[in-house]
Amino acid sequence: MIEFNKFTLSNGLRVMVHEDHSTPLAVVNVMYDVGARDEQEDKTGFAHLFEHLMFGGSINIPDYDEPLQRAGGENNAYTTNDLTNYYCSLPAENIETAFWLESDRMLSLAFSEKSLDVQRKVVCEEFKEHYINKPYGDVWHKMRALAYTVHPYKWMTIGKELSHVENANIQDVKSFFFKHYRPINAVLVVAGKVKTDEIKLLAEKWFGNIESGEKYQRNIVQEPTQTKAKLLNYTADVPLDAIIKTWHIGGRLSTSYYIADLITEILGGGSSSRLYQSLVKEKQLFSSLDCYHFGTIEPGLLTIEGKLVKGIEMEKAEQAIEEELEKIKTNLINEHELEKVKNKTESVLAFEDMSIMNRANSLAFYELIGDATLINTELSKYQAVTNLDIRNYAKEIFTDNNSNTLHYYSKHSL
Amino acid sequence: MINRKQAPTILDAVEFNLQLKPYHQFNLDNGVPVYAVNAGAEEVIMLEFVFYAGNWYEEKNIVAATTNFLLKNGTTSKNAFAINEHFEFYGAYLSRNCYNETATITLHTLAKHLPKLLPVIAEILTDSVFPEDELAIYKQNQKQRLEVNLKKCDFVANRLIDEYVFGFHHPYGKYTSTLDYDHLQRDELTKYYQQYYTSGKCLLFVAGKLPQQLEQQLNVFFGSLPLNQNAIKETEIITKPATEKKYTIINDKNGVQGAIRLARPFPNRHHPDFQKVQVLNNILGGFFGSRLMSNIREDKGYTYGIHSYIQNHIHETAWMISTEAGKDVCEATITETYKEMEILRTQLIDEDELHLVKNYMIGGLLGDLDGPFQIIARWKNYILNNLTEAYFYNSIQTIKTVSAEELQSLAKKYLNPSEFYQLIVI
Repeated sequence: MIEFNKFTLSNGLRVMVHEDHSTPLAVVNVMYDVGARDEQEDKTGFAHLFEHLMFGGSINIPDYDEPLQRAGGENNAYTTNDLTNYYCSLPAENIETAFWLESDRMLSLAFSEKSLDVQRKVVCEEFKEHYINKPYGDVWHKMRALAYTVHPYKWMTIGKELSHVENANIQDVKSFFFKHYRPINAVLVVAGKVKTDEIKLLAEKWFGNIESGEKYQRNIVQEPTQTKAKLLNYTADVPLDAIIKTWHIGGRLSTSYYIADLITEILGGGSSSRLYQSLVKEKQLFSSLDCYHFGTIEPGLLTIEGKLVKGIEMEKAEQAIEEELEKIKTNLINEHELEKVKNKTESVLAFEDMSIMNRANSLAFYELIGDATLINTELSKYQAVTNLDIRNYAKEIFTDNNSNTLHYYSKHSL
Repeated sequence: MINRKQAPTILDAVEFNLQLKPYHQFNLDNGVPVYAVNAGAEEVIMLEFVFYAGNWYEEKNIVAATTNFLLKNGTTSKNAFAINEHFEFYGAYLSRNCYNETATITLHTLAKHLPKLLPVIAEILTDSVFPEDELAIYKQNQKQRLEVNLKKCDFVANRLIDEYVFGFHHPYGKYTSTLDYDHLQRDELTKYYQQYYTSGKCLLFVAGKLPQQLEQQLNVFFGSLPLNQNAIKETEIITKPATEKKYTIINDKNGVQGAIRLARPFPNRHHPDFQKVQVLNNILGGFFGSRLMSNIREDKGYTYGIHSYIQNHIHETAWMISTEAGKDVCEATITETYKEMEILRTQLIDEDELHLVKNYMIGGLLGDLDGPFQIIARWKNYILNNLTEAYFYNSIQTIKTVSAEELQSLAKKYLNPSEFYQLIVI
């Protein structure tokens, strides 16, 4: 049970405090309700580029990092397709430094041309390092574009192409900031060795007089139900053939999310999972194989991805995947296997909760998607899933019409 | 109205009185020492077996790592699936890792499942059989994995720079080829296993919210095993650094970035300069506000990140600078890095910057000591490096007191470009 206190400032900023007096640290987590899904298709990668610019100085403070480091703190941030999150941890005695810094960059950035110029380059190098200069680095660019026809999940947070990042200008930066980075679109979580009363005062003092801003109305075109199987064949200079298959699944708030999560565990969680045991160990068709999903807020993709053992034909490997899916669609999993994936979930949640950083992050996330108290009902939702739910949902999603397949061939094996 | 230009007052982290929570130590009946840290609120536990079974002791390449990898791939009564299934059923993770001197088996679990899991770990330590078919699958999949990795400039650069600094014959400098996998024999693994695990030198580290009967539980399952039968023979292996210092390798003619590594030999933690150099290293490239990061990323935008660090080795080690930079700016990145070294040699670090780094380092230590797993990790590092808690308190004292003059003289001693190996892999 994770306890927290919640209050809302008059400008609409939601604040949550999770006290934990066993640590000497405090964590300040600010989550903004904006991600790559809120970008225009001709200006992708912008939410993430913007995250970099949040470190390039704010209206009253020339440098974010320096004062935080001087206060003995550390920080980082990340952008997903759904949201952008900033977090820092520092000795609890110095928590006001974090309030000062975070509130000033919510008030306004400095909008420095120099910072934009440098961060455009830095993000381009990040793009190259992770997605161009790595074998199979473009797999998700291709898969997203295949699986989504209209929904903005069809591009990655890093952006669709380098030129989008290169062409970002300071006017884009300003309008993005004042549209999305307002108190009304943000959640603040403070965790650690802190007292709620004191945090209330600090929150009022530093964030209270920031202009509320307009509540962002998200108006995203939903992806129509897919009606026929999609396949992309692609050849690249990589050593091994690979296959990536995805199926559309429900969003984070649907009950099917928990079922889909357990299905990925049954199929691909660990060395005793079905796909690993059958296809890597017994049939030896794949040298590596994973099954996962990204936990996206809007309807996402369940993914099976593997590299083929040399000499194995794509069709044969794919057929073997289908055979495993057929089993989970036809036969109820037994109680032992169901208990196993639920035990795993209980354990994962307990390990995650060890760090106050994770707890703060989770609270912010659940508040962002609707209600912070969801943090304490997750386990029971997993516990409620039955083997019938699993079979039925497997039947529903694992159909040809709902599938997207990328055959990623090595040019050396042709 | 608040003055937003005015930073709130801070408590200087250097004023903090940091304490390293002591461990509780006891021995099992067979003499295996157990180091325990009882802390934390969650019902979780980490149990780590450390064996002196790293590649330092192998006679043939990759035997140590393979033995470690295949430990849980079959015993007389359980196949690999049954073993994995057992741990995963209880939501536990049994991982293993092979390092240079040591190799580990680590269990993460909810404490309530411990009695079900410990006997199977004991079985793995005494009765692993290394089935031929498991070895064959491992060889095939590892070779494929290696082929993919060899396409990555950072992977290739990491291998080569270690070879230049330590020599290919040295455990820190050698690496694996596909041929090494082909040459592996099952009996080499079983022999290595017998000597370095079943009857090998073992230390146990445990942390979390520890159950009361833990000492007794560990003794029941591990106290009568034939561990610690063989004294570890301390073989000294001399490094043989390369004579040529500068290398450029084209690994991928279509590559858009180069992996840059600059490295020089550096003494281990027992050298009197070591702790002071940690401060100097932080200023150079050890954190986001470092000079390399400020110059090469935040001013020039040549890279997504550049870092410097002392490699974590027990014996003689290396001081390393590492980055991936745009292909066209690799040379410029190296020039700027040497420029930063020169500035550290020729100009005193100003007090303000030094003060910031000191606060940052102490604040970071505070974070590093937060939680049972973090505390035991620090203790493990000290114990394996033959250090005591005095090292912890000395290092805090060093951070608090080291002067700009001392750091400049260390820069003069160690940050000379001519003593660095320089490598670009595109």
